[in-house]
Amino acid sequence: MNNVMDIEELLLIEPYSLAKDQKAELLTTELKKLTNLHYHNSEKYKRMMDAIGLNIETIKTYYDLPFLPVRMFKEFELLSVSKEEIVKTMTSSGTTGQQVSKIFLDRETSSNQTKVLTKIVSDFLGKKRVPMLILDCSAIVKDRNIFSARGAGILGFSMFGSKRLYALDENMKLDIDNIRTFLSEHEGEPIFMFGFTFMIWQHYYKELLASGFRPDLSNAILIHGGGWKKLLSESVSPNEFKCKLNKVCGIDKNHIHDYYGMVEQTGTIYMECECGHLHASVFSDVIIRRSSDFSVANIGEKGIIEVVSILPKSYPGHALLTEDEGLILGEDDCPCGRLGKYFQIVGRIKNAEIRGCSDTYATKFE
Amino acid sequence: MQQNLNEITFLFSEPGKLTSVREMSPDDIFSNSIIAFLSALSFELIKSPKVRQYSDVATFAFFCRKANLMSLKRKYTDIGIRLGRGVVFHIAPSNVPVNFAYSMIAGILSGNINIVRVPSKLFEQVDIICEAVTKVAQNHDFIEITNRLFIVRYDRQNEATSKLSSLCDVRVIWGGDDTIAQIRKSILPARSYDVTFADRYSFAAINADKFILEQNTNKIAENFFNDTYLFDQNACSAPRLIIWTGTNENIMKAKERFWSAIELKIQQYELSPALSVDKLSTLYIQSQDKAEIKREIPANNKLWRINVSELTHDIDKYRCAGGYFLEYNAVSLKELVKIVNRKYQTMAYYGYEKEELSELVKGLRFNGIDRIVPIGKTTDFGLIWDGFDLIKVLSRECVIS
Repeated sequence: MNNVMDIEELLLIEPYSLAKDQKAELLTTELKKLTNLHYHNSEKYKRMMDAIGLNIETIKTYYDLPFLPVRMFKEFELLSVSKEEIVKTMTSSGTTGQQVSKIFLDRETSSNQTKVLTKIVSDFLGKKRVPMLILDCSAIVKDRNIFSARGAGILGFSMFGSKRLYALDENMKLDIDNIRTFLSEHEGEPIFMFGFTFMIWQHYYKELLASGFRPDLSNAILIHGGGWKKLLSESVSPNEFKCKLNKVCGIDKNHIHDYYGMVEQTGTIYMECECGHLHASVFSDVIIRRSSDFSVANIGEKGIIEVVSILPKSYPGHALLTEDEGLILGEDDCPCGRLGKYFQIVGRIKNAEIRGCSDTYATKFE
Repeated sequence: MQQNLNEITFLFSEPGKLTSVREMSPDDIFSNSIIAFLSALSFELIKSPKVRQYSDVATFAFFCRKANLMSLKRKYTDIGIRLGRGVVFHIAPSNVPVNFAYSMIAGILSGNINIVRVPSKLFEQVDIICEAVTKVAQNHDFIEITNRLFIVRYDRQNEATSKLSSLCDVRVIWGGDDTIAQIRKSILPARSYDVTFADRYSFAAINADKFILEQNTNKIAENFFNDTYLFDQNACSAPRLIIWTGTNENIMKAKERFWSAIELKIQQYELSPALSVDKLSTLYIQSQDKAEIKREIPANNKLWRINVSELTHDIDKYRCAGGYFLEYNAVSLKELVKIVNRKYQTMAYYGYEKEELSELVKGLRFNGIDRIVPIGKTTDFGLIWDGFDLIKVLSRECVIS
């Protein structure tokens, strides 16, 4: 009961209100607690920690805590509660043929994820619910038992909408008539738009451009996520993305917010501020690690991104090594006024081009 | 046939000649003209200034020199009348640049018509060797030999592989298990067969009682480096597990000396970032195994040593390239019987007598281990590979009684 009270209290903290030292103290306490909890409740996690010789007593800061590669959730079913307590299983959006990650949520963890997501997003969207235009099709959330990352994202953000409209029909075509009606019903009101970066580009921006329809969304705020890999391969930069969207629907460039997040740590997302920086809230953090020895990189130095979050209680996912590279831009001093680290994603870790005779060319066969 | 050859690049020879490969005559194994051609190739390579940058090409050139070929030939003097099997289609592994050349040499020495597929990935080593072949081929004395040689590169394999497979008497496949399965979907003529060099597992054994007496540990470390890090510990022959024998005290001392020498040696080694994550993943996956494991606290991510408490039969599953070593303190090498299976290829050793090792193999009659070589020799090419005598397997014996 004590623990539950603790987290409830923590969730009252404003998301970008703690400076470096205070935040470090909070994270160290909470993350050590979680490490202990998972060590004693997940046999698999315990074996992993024993293999690296973890001694929790000697850990001084959360920077020293062990982290699991996100791939572990593809290899094993990792959970620290009994299966009966699981209310939701999240899966990653692996491409076909790949194993998918499985993340097991009990009631408490799932509800804390929602609370934290609300706090973070409210900082950008305001506390009041507003009409929401989802730049995707409804089919993606139909199967409620399996929560894909895309579906989970849409459902998670849907709670910020007072009324919702999916902008795309089942064939991923822009539903212009319904959008027109929806916008005229809510004329003058702020509109919340949400979607996945590539989907927005492919099915919203390109179709708007082709159709000649120019909705007035100068009152809208757009939150989007899912990564830049595909857009970068089309040579679309974040700035161009914003400019082009502004041209087709009048949305203010400062009201377009990218976010970084992953199904393994739902809730504690990293929002892009008005200055174009991704921000860590008090509930989580990013640590950039050098691949050479996993030591902590300096500000401005590129490395592998580790993410820590105080939310994962039902599964040992509180400290994770991602497959992304990034760099810290600064801490507590972003011109937007939010405290905490702000950072930039560089891309995925490149697949190793290694020598030796275990072959790589089987993948080239159809 | 022509429509299938469009996607094939000929690095040596031309598509037109391919149509008649099945009508060409093979040669005697180790014929004089073969040896003359290869030693000319060796000479051409050695004098090329580019070779200095590539130790693997230099090693290959050294292998082809006349003295070496003559000494290899002597091992095949009393084996009857042997001619090349016919057309040999070689499929080289994608990420070892010079492997294709050794496969080709085995095919040439055994008297065959050879179609050699080099990696689709571009390597300068491949170009250097092909240029040298082209240059040597300008000498008309070698016309018969060079008519029998094709070096090709192609990317999308299925059709080309099927076409070339339909022409061959032996197909030599180097590659992982998946690649081999894929290539086998291309049917061979009825009397033809595959010689496959599949994914293998290798390990080392060190006698600590002897090692602590070694004066030149740096030399041993360098040899071990060449066995492992030189090819990112990703060659089939690269040790992934080290078995230590000796008294506990000596094992401790030996490990200390051995690994500090390796640490020095790998200062220049560049580890790819993805491999760091792979190592951590491998460690955590392995931690779920029956055997208890414990990682030595690493100085950095270039060298990870994992102590295993027992030898479990699937220990070969837990491997990662780029410096991930399992270590086990054994009472005796006889404990190998618990792990050796068909996947086991090379055992690199230090500090054991040859007789002792041959007693071990004969006594325990393993399903695996095809070669036992001193540390530093694991990547040396030999005509006996993976338990096959390449000359015999690529030639045909005619019996006259």
